[in-house]
Amino acid sequence: MPLTRKQIAWRAAQDLGDGVYVNLGIGLPTLVADVLPEGREIVLQSENGVLGVGPAPGANEIDMDLVNAGKQPVTLLKGGSYVHHTDSFLMIRGGHLDLALLGAFEVAENGDLANWTTDDPKFPPGVGGAMDLAAGAKEVRVLVEHMTRDGAPRLRKKCEYPLTAARVVRRVYTDFAVIDVTARGFVVREIVEDIDFDALQQKTEAILHPAADLKALKAPAI
Amino acid sequence: MIDKRVKSLAEAVDGIEDGSVVLAAGFGGAGSPEALYGALLEQGAKDLVIVNNNAGTGRTGLAGLMDAGRVRKIICSYPRSSGSVVFEELYRDSKIELELVPQGILSERMRCAAAGLGGFWSPTGVGTRLAEGKEEREIDGRRYVLEKPLKGDVALLKAELGDRWGNLTYNKSARNFNPTMAQAAALSIVQVRRFVELGDIDPEHIITPGIFVDRMVEVPN
Repeated sequence: MPLTRKQIAWRAAQDLGDGVYVNLGIGLPTLVADVLPEGREIVLQSENGVLGVGPAPGANEIDMDLVNAGKQPVTLLKGGSYVHHTDSFLMIRGGHLDLALLGAFEVAENGDLANWTTDDPKFPPGVGGAMDLAAGAKEVRVLVEHMTRDGAPRLRKKCEYPLTAARVVRRVYTDFAVIDVTARGFVVREIVEDIDFDALQQKTEAILHPAADLKALKAPAI
Repeated sequence: MIDKRVKSLAEAVDGIEDGSVVLAAGFGGAGSPEALYGALLEQGAKDLVIVNNNAGTGRTGLAGLMDAGRVRKIICSYPRSSGSVVFEELYRDSKIELELVPQGILSERMRCAAAGLGGFWSPTGVGTRLAEGKEEREIDGRRYVLEKPLKGDVALLKAELGDRWGNLTYNKSARNFNPTMAQAAALSIVQVRRFVELGDIDPEHIITPGIFVDRMVEVPN
């Protein structure tokens, strides 16, 4: 069974160590905030100037002056703080965040990331904080479904959509696998149990290399 | 005596000229000076260049200004939010110009103008479409593009507390673009939720010193 979106978020959250400073991009990565591992203090930064984003508020706790990058109401953890936009992007672009977890349209085998426009003429383009995040975080990881709704591969030899940044992605979490970007290209670290490696390669445009210690990708039913 | 407080929204936006570059704060509704947008709509200035993170939602506020045909151009990072129907209609009909700027660069360009600088070298967008046409340089082995300052004629702001010297505090993530925009505009106009007496705000807690503020109107929301 492929992972659900929440399970992809869970798997990505497992790799967040105690004390990391992380930005969650809009879309799938925002689910990571709901599945953070117990017993670790993880500091979530939101591009609109919040450091220490807490869990979703209860119905009578909602304050629309306290929102995340997706403009959804959030809470603030004890120890959290607010900064203005220039300082928020100083944190982001100046390499102060350990990690940016971003969504994607496409990831190329050299780590190129395309996640801001598909050049659809029906919609105006929008970039938000994506380029600053991709350029600035110490490490970029992507959470994305392995294929589009129409069955097209997202893990490509080269991105066709306009790039957000070149050569920045280090790890990709999909509904079928955990894949690292290395000098050799994509290396599969974990794969869900009920598909074999060849079937995974069929869903992927770029060449996949199995890690020597390839493991099963498991997630709890959440 | 210094007293930046004005008595009405009309007085707050008096004199804003056609063709002004207007720095408009807010991230979603948080920190968005909705009352000042309404006042500007009534005041009638047109041919405006608006700098905002987004491109308005619904048909009021910034969207209301666009709907009334007052906005020539929008400089923003993300015009494509849910509910930005007015902008999308105008854009499809080529009735409004769009300059797309990464969110952090938008803020930094305004800070650059506020700081009296001529530009800065940025790694954001290198190797992407948004770097096209920009001067590029390699510094210590990393590639950068040259970004120019972005100054406003006017800033429309929202703050929490303000005293007659123009000192301001904000509320949570409603702070966002407000402090930088206050610094980067020739005329900074702020709607304050509550006026307080001089000295009521602990100097350690003043986020925007009054030197950057020109006019304040109280709008208890």
